[in-house]
Order: sequence, then C-alpha cells, then structure tokens
Amino acid sequence: MSPPHITCREFQDFVVDYCERHLSEAQRAVFQQHLADCPMCRVHFETYLKTIELGRRVLAGADPDAPAELPEELVEAVLAGRAAGRADGS
Amino acid sequence: MSAITPAEQGTLPEPDLVAGLRQGDPICASTFVRTYGGPMLSVARRMLRHEEDARDCVQEAMIQALRQIDGFEGRAALRTWLHRIVVNRALMRLRSRASRAEESLDELMPQFDETGHLIGPTEMPAVSIEDLIEQNDVRRLVRAAIDRLPDGMRTIVLLRDVEGYGTEEVAGMLGISTGAAKVRLHRARNALRKLLEPVLLGRAR
Repeated sequence: MSPPHITCREFQDFVVDYCERHLSEAQRAVFQQHLADCPMCRVHFETYLKTIELGRRVLAGADPDAPAELPEELVEAVLAGRAAGRADGS
Repeated sequence: MSAITPAEQGTLPEPDLVAGLRQGDPICASTFVRTYGGPMLSVARRMLRHEEDARDCVQEAMIQALRQIDGFEGRAALRTWLHRIVVNRALMRLRSRASRAEESLDELMPQFDETGHLIGPTEMPAVSIEDLIEQNDVRRLVRAAIDRLPDGMRTIVLLRDVEGYGTEEVAGMLGISTGAAKVRLHRARNALRKLLEPVLLGRAR
C-alpha cells in the first residue's frame, strides 16, 4: 500500500523534523513519497539542504574582512580584568 | 635564557592548561586568551554584526571564564565551555538592543497555488557546493543574505546550522519551546534559501 498523499504545503511542515530524523517510519515514508512524486518540492528541498550547507561552510570559515586573531589590546584587557578579579576576590 | 615552555607555545595539554588556570598561572591565562580569543571573536561577530559589541562581548566572556574556571567540570572541551559563555553573552546583548522594526519576510516563504501545490522550478542544474564555495562572490552573497535576516532568525540559523547546537538546546538558550524553535528555524532557512536561490540555481550574475 502506498503512503497517504500530502500537499506541498503540508510537506513543508515535515521538513525540519525530517532533517532532524524525528519522523516516525510511517511519516518518513509519506515525506519521501511526496519527494519522489513532486519535482517542485524536490528542487525546493534540495536547495534547502544546500542552503544549510552553504551557510555553515561560508560562515564557519574565516571572514576576509576581519582579522582572525584577537587584537593585542583586547588580550591585555582580558588579562587585566582577570587580574583585577583575583585582586578583589571576585 | 630559559626555554620556551609548552604553555607559552600553546602546546600544553588541556588538563594541564586548566590546572594552570586554576592556580592563577599568568602564562596559562595568556595562552588561553590567545588560543581561543580569535575564534570566539568570530563567533561574537557573526552573532552581533557590530565590531565594538563583539569585542566587548568576548572581553566580558573571557574574563568571566577565567574567573569561573573552577566551575569548569571538564565534561566538554574547554573550547566548547567557553563557546557557550560567549554565545550566552552575545544573546544577552542582542536582547538588550532596541528591537528595530523587522521587515516582513512573507515574500521569501514558499508560495503555493490555490490547491496547495508549490510554485517553483521543477529542475535544477548540478551545481556542487564545492564549486560554489570557491567563488568569492558567492561567499559574499551568503554573508550578505544571512545579514539581511532579522536578529531572531539570524540567531537561530547561526546557533543551529553554523555553531552546531541541537534544536532543543537552542530553544533553551532562546527561552522558547522546541516547537517554536523549529518553526522559526524553518522560516529562517526558507528565507535564506530564497535569497540564495539565484546562486543555488546557477542564475546569479
């Protein structure tokens, strides 16, 4: 027996839980059946996954416009703040 | 002249570094700040989008971490523990900012016809992530797209998809239910997807 039919709008409600592997086996079958049947949702879902991957990889990489090291004055400020905390016991 | 110590080289094993921090060793403190400060500043910049705020956030977080090192139980890596302190500090700053009027993102959400069918392309070119990542323009577009998201949406995408926290954990950080976090995450990803659609479909000029 094939899984029950859902609309594209209903399909959207399953996307996050599918990605998080939180769907039951029956729900997953419904999701995958819609994906197999609907070219629009297939493109949408594929670009959705690529968006996550692209965002993760670009943002986790170095920002070309910002120095990767902590500026020296900030290093000094942190160490001074730590020392002040030790002196006053906080 | 004495030899450079592992602490000074930044090659001290983590348990030894933590022990040094607990004893108040200034070289270990300096190593800790120099080793983790840069990556933590990147985290704060992503979340706050404001250099001065990001620097203040990291300064506060690292001082807090150094003062509370006795509370570090070693269940997670030192970097993970510090990361969470930085994120919490950044979230506090975001909450305290005057909320600006957020533009409606409805036009970036999936559009359906009257029968509930998705309106959109039915095929896509085989553009690999690797090829996209290589392009400076694409990297710039991705950063600009994420910056266009309102704070609430940008934050959830960053915490879940970039910083790698679980959805339930993110919900706890933001003080919302897991269900609400999933809805917000899905809307944020959909908005980003729409903004990046020309790139993903190979139509960016």
